[in-house]
Amino acid sequence: MEIDKTSKIISGQRPLAHLYSFHKLMNENDIMLVYCGDFSQELNKTLLSFTERKFKSENVEDNTRRKIFNIMVEILQNISKNKVEMLEDTPQVDALFIIGANNEEYLLISSNLIMNNKIAPLKNRLDQVNSLDKEGLKQLYKDVRLNASFSDKSGAGIGIIDIARKSENRLDYSFEEMNSEYSVFSLLIRISKEKI
Amino acid sequence: METIKIAATEDTPNVILDPSNNQFEISGRSLPEDVVVFYQPVMQWFEELEKTPIENMALSIKLEYFNTASSKLILDILLKLEEIFQNGTKLNVIWYYLSSDSDMKEAGEEYSEIVGLPFKLAEY
Repeated sequence: MEIDKTSKIISGQRPLAHLYSFHKLMNENDIMLVYCGDFSQELNKTLLSFTERKFKSENVEDNTRRKIFNIMVEILQNISKNKVEMLEDTPQVDALFIIGANNEEYLLISSNLIMNNKIAPLKNRLDQVNSLDKEGLKQLYKDVRLNASFSDKSGAGIGIIDIARKSENRLDYSFEEMNSEYSVFSLLIRISKEKI
Repeated sequence: METIKIAATEDTPNVILDPSNNQFEISGRSLPEDVVVFYQPVMQWFEELEKTPIENMALSIKLEYFNTASSKLILDILLKLEEIFQNGTKLNVIWYYLSSDSDMKEAGEEYSEIVGLPFKLAEY
């Protein structure tokens, strides 16, 4: 990947020199949306409405389109509701959201800063949902919803369970440590395309 | 009982709780970021309902999308109705889902398994 040599694609000495590799990367991964920056409910609505119109115009099957929309709502609100407080020593990492595709699946990717002390409950929840089958996820969803409280902002709540149920695929994730207090949490969600 | 009418927006549902016209409906999209704020007057209305129940009330829920936070609030409303029903007031809930929307049908089935009150699923 050419981009690794210089991360400044458009603001370096030769502003367009590396743009083609970026363009190619987008194209080859069927990336239809990338947003990197500050997330808010207003922005979420814009991204949702863009995606909804795009998938409708491409005649994506209704159930798949609805699953993507639902999962997107949970991911985007998870980012906008759980922002870390920006202090002097907080790593400057903007949150990222990507929609891409391959032949078999639509891919939703999110990446955002998280405090290290929030990792354990989130990781436990992710491992738990990955270990459960459809019926197990249904039961867990019902139990957690019944006992949920709105003061719980640990991020280990019901959203992840709903995402796992709707995606019907394993959730891939990673935690990249930035320093003793912060990590970047990345999540990859696959939604199988309707088999024709 | 007072009447509540909240017009739908891009991320909040249409809410009609109108005793004089015997119309009770939550419909559209329920995706607010802060569900507690949005549903506060609605929950308040159902709290009042417990004191002055409406006989044969039918609540229609016809949602296109809802986030998990709304899902919890809807459960709270249904549990309140269950309480009123079990105190002896006749009422029922109709859960509408698009015929092509299997997830919305399943969501209705799951609510009906949890709450003990007359709960009907209706395809449209």
